[in-house]
Amino acid sequence: MAPAAAAAHHTSLGLDSRKMAFWAFIGSECLLFASLISTYLIYKGRSLVGPYPDILNIPFTSISTFDLLMSSLMMVLALAAVQRGDLKWAKMWLFLTALLGMFFLAGQVYEFTSFVHEGLTLQRNLFGATFFVLTGTHGAHVTVGVIWLLTLWSRALRGKLGKANALTVEICGLYWHFVDVVWIVIFTVVYLIQ
Amino acid sequence: MSATKGWRSWLTTTDHKRIGLLYFWTAFVFFLIGGLEALIIRAQLARPGNTVVSAETFNQLFTMHGTTMVFLALMPLSAAFFNYIVPLQIGARDVAFPRLNAFSYWVFVLGGLLLNASWLLPHHPAPDAGWFGYANLTSREFSPGPNIDFWLLGLQILGVASLAAGFNFIVTILNLRAPGMKMMRLPVFSWMTLVTSFLIITAFPVITVALVLLMFDRFFGTHFYLTSAGGDPVLWQHLFWIFGHPEVYILILPAMGIVSEVLPTFARKPLFGYTVVVYSGVLIGFMGWGVWSHHMFSVGLGPIADSVFSATTMLIAVPTGVKIFNWLATLWGGQIRATSALHFAVGFIALFTIGGLSGVMHASPPADLQQTDTYFVVAHIHYVLFGGTVFGLFAGMYYWWPKMTGRLLGERLGKLHFWLMFVGMNLAFFPMHFIGLLGMPRRIYTYAPELGVAKLNLVSTVGAFLIGASILVFLINVWRTRKRGKVAGNDPWGGATLEWTIPSPPPPHNFDVIPTVASRLPRWSMTQLTAIPEGAELGKPHAPAGSWWPLVAACGLPVLALAPLTHTLWVAFLGAAILITGIYRWAFEPFEV
Repeated sequence: MAPAAAAAHHTSLGLDSRKMAFWAFIGSECLLFASLISTYLIYKGRSLVGPYPDILNIPFTSISTFDLLMSSLMMVLALAAVQRGDLKWAKMWLFLTALLGMFFLAGQVYEFTSFVHEGLTLQRNLFGATFFVLTGTHGAHVTVGVIWLLTLWSRALRGKLGKANALTVEICGLYWHFVDVVWIVIFTVVYLIQ
Repeated sequence: MSATKGWRSWLTTTDHKRIGLLYFWTAFVFFLIGGLEALIIRAQLARPGNTVVSAETFNQLFTMHGTTMVFLALMPLSAAFFNYIVPLQIGARDVAFPRLNAFSYWVFVLGGLLLNASWLLPHHPAPDAGWFGYANLTSREFSPGPNIDFWLLGLQILGVASLAAGFNFIVTILNLRAPGMKMMRLPVFSWMTLVTSFLIITAFPVITVALVLLMFDRFFGTHFYLTSAGGDPVLWQHLFWIFGHPEVYILILPAMGIVSEVLPTFARKPLFGYTVVVYSGVLIGFMGWGVWSHHMFSVGLGPIADSVFSATTMLIAVPTGVKIFNWLATLWGGQIRATSALHFAVGFIALFTIGGLSGVMHASPPADLQQTDTYFVVAHIHYVLFGGTVFGLFAGMYYWWPKMTGRLLGERLGKLHFWLMFVGMNLAFFPMHFIGLLGMPRRIYTYAPELGVAKLNLVSTVGAFLIGASILVFLINVWRTRKRGKVAGNDPWGGATLEWTIPSPPPPHNFDVIPTVASRLPRWSMTQLTAIPEGAELGKPHAPAGSWWPLVAACGLPVLALAPLTHTLWVAFLGAAILITGIYRWAFEPFEV
């Protein structure tokens, strides 16, 4: 039985198949966000009526950005904890990663609501449409990530997240860091370079 | 659960061979539906002022013909071969993610059914804005009914199926190769599957965004493609063709791969310039990303854009031409056996070359401006996608049929099928070059006798019905050989690649012992590939487990799509619940590959 079991885990490139699939997925997602960001840039300055991008609140969003960056740090610590089989800290860091993700989402909800109060809606102008669809798609990705993290956290609570599951956590981390990196691009393109 | 009998086992199967067969038959049914639509179109155009169908129905017919053939027939027929053949060619026991593979298939079926369900509703609101659905024809203002909604939701679902399959085959080919199967020993069909998969995972996100923006325009009142609020319909064209041109190569590269397998087998010679053929395929994959605006010369993008895209379009003909010369050189001096499969492969070369030449004509903007939106373009696309892809796929069917079913298709009927289809195809599509240059626009439901294209159109219609007859011959062939066909054995053709080392059809685990590969043409350069090495310890044979959850998860997507179609919120929650349940049960069920 031993050789067969070994064969089952052997891969031609030595990289785990799930991880490779996930890298391919991330490559695919790059094209998704590239299309959305291009649409935003193409329509930049072409809105016929306000509100215009000057309503963006850079200090507030800088805090959200910092929050998301810190969540990536928590994710790194969570993975390290799982890899060394430290369930106690794995639970802690996973929960904190998810919590910071939820803070980010709360910030986005607040931001979207305040924009709507200022008259910026999906239908109002091209800025509203491109802004909400781009950042909304990103927010949807963060939501999926939070659900994923909470799933792992609940597994950890039940003691089912040992060293053997390190790869699962690593792949979740890849996703989380990717979503974080996309946000840094969006923050730069949409908020900082006006 | 590893049942292999009964209808339930087909719903839960994760065996790449069974999924390949499911893909094949489903796609073939869609191919027949798309073909039927084409025949009604040709019946309507057989003579001027014809009244077989109304103008509205005609719009739906050409839209659904194009959409069905591209997304529901040709892509999934290629996928059928990816599924069945690639794991066998690379010496693997299954794909990397068997359940994801089942998920791809079910999503594809359900998306196709959703799209075609539009025919069955009262007043049959089938999509009617052309297969590339140009803005602002697709806006709520000009298309108030649910026609376009079916189209944009169906295509988004089909995109999920393609993406999932793309990831799966990239990982399968890179990671599940048998020992010694280096990349430059990979059969060309598997190589082209790899390139196609990369094109799929990069091109489909772009059309997804285009469709999502359209969905927002139609359902949530945004103005992405509406000039009234500063939006630009040309954005749709860019997004669509940035996807659409790689899509052309997604359709043709698998057929090129098939032909690269069939020619060496029946010329009894290794493929001429294997390395160059592979690198040309990769190069086509890259360059396919830099030519999209040649679909948009008539927009008036300016001289610089026109010149650049004109040049890149001419350049991409180079690697394509290289392949054609390599195929011809493979035949040169070979011991040729003129089987049906070889007929179709050689037919592919001839017809694809004609289509390629009219493609290069489009590369010149002044010429393109004369040809665009006329039947000339219809002639071109059918020479590459019918003369190219469909002939390539039929070559693959005759070649791999014995591997997939254990019996050979009849050669006499096969050749009758070929000649009927070859003559029919040229009768149907060659006159369209002239019809177009004489000034008949595409996508019009009728024309005046004074245009002077009535005879040519009649010839074209006769050709189309000949193609229909040839497909009937193929189906008769399939039916007759089902029980009475010659038994294939492991290797009826003397093929060089690994799929011919194992029984036909292969056992569920494919290989008793995973072979060790020492050359590019293992069957031709060494014997006893599957001999069990002395002292080898045999593991438990792989029995692919079944799972319901890919099917359940896939069902969530069409339910989600029903929410906007019916304007009911709770349906969206139901769809999401089904999808999430499916994914969670899938993730946590014990599953041993």
